[in-house]
Amino acid sequence: MDFNLTEDRQMLADTLTRFLGERYPVEHRINVAYDAPYHDPALWDQLVELGALYALAPENAGGMGGSGFDISVVFEALGKALCPEPVLGTLMASRILAAAGVGQEELLTGATKYAVGITEIDAPYELDQIATVATAKGDGFALSGRKSTVYGGQVADVILVAAKQGDGLGVFAVNVNDANVTSYGMMDGGGAVEVLLDDTPATLVLADAAAALEDAVNAGIVALCAEAVGAMDVTHATTVDYLKQRKQFGIPIGKFQVLQHRAVDMMTEIEQARSITIKAAAELGGKEASRYASMAKNMIGRAARLVAEESIQMHGGIAMTWEYAVSHYAKRLIMLDAQLGDTDYHLSQVMKGYAA
Amino acid sequence: MDLSYSKEDLAFRDEVRAFLAEQLPEEISSAVRAGGELTKAMMEEWHAILNTRGWLATIWPKAFGGPGWSPVQKHIFEEECCRAYAPRIVPFGLNMLGPVLIKFGSKEQQDHYLPRILDGTDWWCQGYSEPGAGSDLASLKTKAVRDGDEWVINGQKTWTTLGQHADWIFCLCRTDPDVKQQAGISFILVDMATPGIEVRPIKLIEGGHEVNEVFFTDVRVPIGNLVGEENKGWTIAKFLLTHERTGIAGVGFSMQALEEVKAIARQTLRGGKPLIEDPLFAARIAQAEIDLEAMKITNLRMLFKAQEQGAPGPETSLLKIKGTVINQELKDLARRALGPAAAPFPGHITEGNLMFGPADTEHNAARYFNNRKTSIFGGSNEIQRNIVTKTMLEL
Repeated sequence: MDFNLTEDRQMLADTLTRFLGERYPVEHRINVAYDAPYHDPALWDQLVELGALYALAPENAGGMGGSGFDISVVFEALGKALCPEPVLGTLMASRILAAAGVGQEELLTGATKYAVGITEIDAPYELDQIATVATAKGDGFALSGRKSTVYGGQVADVILVAAKQGDGLGVFAVNVNDANVTSYGMMDGGGAVEVLLDDTPATLVLADAAAALEDAVNAGIVALCAEAVGAMDVTHATTVDYLKQRKQFGIPIGKFQVLQHRAVDMMTEIEQARSITIKAAAELGGKEASRYASMAKNMIGRAARLVAEESIQMHGGIAMTWEYAVSHYAKRLIMLDAQLGDTDYHLSQVMKGYAA
Repeated sequence: MDLSYSKEDLAFRDEVRAFLAEQLPEEISSAVRAGGELTKAMMEEWHAILNTRGWLATIWPKAFGGPGWSPVQKHIFEEECCRAYAPRIVPFGLNMLGPVLIKFGSKEQQDHYLPRILDGTDWWCQGYSEPGAGSDLASLKTKAVRDGDEWVINGQKTWTTLGQHADWIFCLCRTDPDVKQQAGISFILVDMATPGIEVRPIKLIEGGHEVNEVFFTDVRVPIGNLVGEENKGWTIAKFLLTHERTGIAGVGFSMQALEEVKAIARQTLRGGKPLIEDPLFAARIAQAEIDLEAMKITNLRMLFKAQEQGAPGPETSLLKIKGTVINQELKDLARRALGPAAAPFPGHITEGNLMFGPADTEHNAARYFNNRKTSIFGGSNEIQRNIVTKTMLEL
C-alpha cells in the first residue's frame, strides 16, 4: 500500500501545476474560455510540448503513461487551473485508437486534433441507445445521425464517432470538413460542436467497439473526477481564505460556527471525492473499472455540487460576479456532471448489480 | 500509488482469518450477529482468547505486551474481526488507559496495572463526562482534594459505559479550582470498591443498560493513584481524544451493516418482488455503498499517513464525522427494509412460531436507536468540526 505518487508522476504534477500557474492565471482563462475558439491555441501548443499528451497514452501506443494515475495527475492539474483546453477528447480518442491498434503519433504530437462523438440528444450517456447509423458505402462507410455536445470539437480535425454497425457499435473517423459541424461555447467555458451526419463519408476505426468505448468513457470519467478534485481544492481554499478576510459585524465571518462547520463538511466531501477518484484510477483497465468509475462519477457529482453551491453561498454576492474566480470554478463543477454520465445515471449503474 | 496490500500483509490477513475461524466461539459470534447485548462473560472469554494469542492489546508497544503491528496490520485485524462477527474489544482498559499509563504512568503503575488489564483481572471504565460537562469537558466539577496521603473525591460522573461491570475507573478530577479550567485537572485511578461510590444505571433509548451514573461521596484513594503530574490531566485527556484510533471510521462495522441491509432487502418482499429490486430503495443502498467505498480509501489514506508520519493527524476527525454518518445511514436503511418486522420490542414475541422477519433482525430497531450515540460520543461530530476548523482550516 502506497498513497504517494511515483517520482515521475510527482514531477509531472509539479511541472504542469507550475506551468499553468504562471502561464494561465484565472483572469487569462476567463478571457479565452468564452470566446471562439474557446481556448488558448498557444497554450495548447505548449501543453503538447510539455508532453502532457504523452502521459495519457501507454508505451505500446507510443506514449509514456496511460494508467489511471497518469490521467488523474494531468487532469487534477488542469482542474486546479480551470483549464478548458480540449484534453479530454484527446484522451478518449487515444484510448480508442490504442484499442484499434492504430498508431497515434499524429495525436500525441498534436499534429492532428481529435474529438470523440458519443453523446446524442436522446442518448446523453447510454452507449446502447446510440441511434447514429453506419452503412457500408463503396470502400468505406457513410454515417447518418446527430452527435451532440462534442467537447473540443471546435478545434478538432477528426471526430471519432460512435455509431451502430449492424447489431454492434463501431467507431468511425469523420473529417470535420466532410460533416456539418456547428461550434459554440459552453456555460462553464470551453467549446463543443453539434455534428450533423447525413450520409457523411467516414472511415472505420474499430468494429465491435462497445468494450473500447466503455474503456474510453471510464478513462474520461477518471479524468473528469480528477479535474473536479483539482477545481474543488482551489474553490475550497479560496472560500476558506475569504472567510478569514471578509469582516461583518466587526469580525471575520470565519469566526461564525455556522460557516466553520459548513467549510469542514465541504472538506470532508472533497476528501471522500479524492478517495473514490483514486480508487477509480486504480481500477481503470481492470474487470471492475466500470463499477468504480460509476461510483466515482456519482460521488463527484454530489461533492462538486455541494462545493460549488456552498462556496457561492458562503462568499455572498461577490461569488455571483463574473469578475470573481469562484463563479467560474463553480460553473465548471456543476456542469461537468452532465459529461459522461451524471450523478443519477451512475447511481443507477451501481444499482444494476443488486438485482441478481 | 498502490492500493493493494503487500504480500506480508496478505499473509497476515490469512493468519488472522485462520485464527478467527478456529478460535472465535460460535456462541459468541452468533450473539454478535443477533445484535443483542453481550454478557460480561462473553466479553471476558473473547478477551482471554485474544490474550492467549498475544493479540489483545493491539495498540500497545511490543515491550508492554502488544503484538507490534503496523497501522495497516491493526486495520486488517479489525476488518477481519468484523467480517467474522467477533465482539468489539472493550476499549477502556486496553485502548484508553493502557496507552495513557504507557505514556504518562510511573514504572510501578505500569508494572501493576498493565498485566491486570491484559489478563482481565481489572475491568476499567471511564470517568470523564459529567452532567454539566459534556462537549465542554474542561468545565468538569468533580473535585479531588489532597488530605495527607489521600485524595478525597466528591462529585458525579455520567455516561459511564459498562461501569456496572467495572473494578476500576479512571477519572478526570478538578484539583485546582483557581486557575484556567484546563490547568486544574488531574487524572486519578479509583477502585470502584472504595466506600462512597455509587453506580446507578441509565436506561437508554432502546431499553438497554449500557451506561451509568457514578456518584462520589468522600471517596478516599491513595495519593499514588495520580497518573502523570498533578494538574496536568488535561494533557492526558487530549492525548486520549487524539490517540491513535485506527478504527474510528468504523469501516468494518459499516461493511457488516451494508451486507445486512442487502440481505434483508433480498428477503423482504414489496409488491411481490424483493425490495432490493425496488429502484428507490436500491438507490439509497447504492448511495450508501458508494460513500462507504470512498470511506474505505479515505481510511487507508489516513492509515498510510499515520504509518509514514508516526502519528495520525487531525484528519481522524473527518473519519469520525463521515464514518459515523455512513454507519447511521446503513442502520436506518436496515430498519426501513424490515418495515413492520422491525417494530416488535426485542424479546416480547416469545413463541418461536410467531417470530417474523429475516433471521438475526430482532434487535434491528434497537441497534438503530442505540447507534445514534456514535455521532455523540468520543467528541461529538460538532466538536470534531470545531477541531478541524481550528487545526486544519485555521479559522
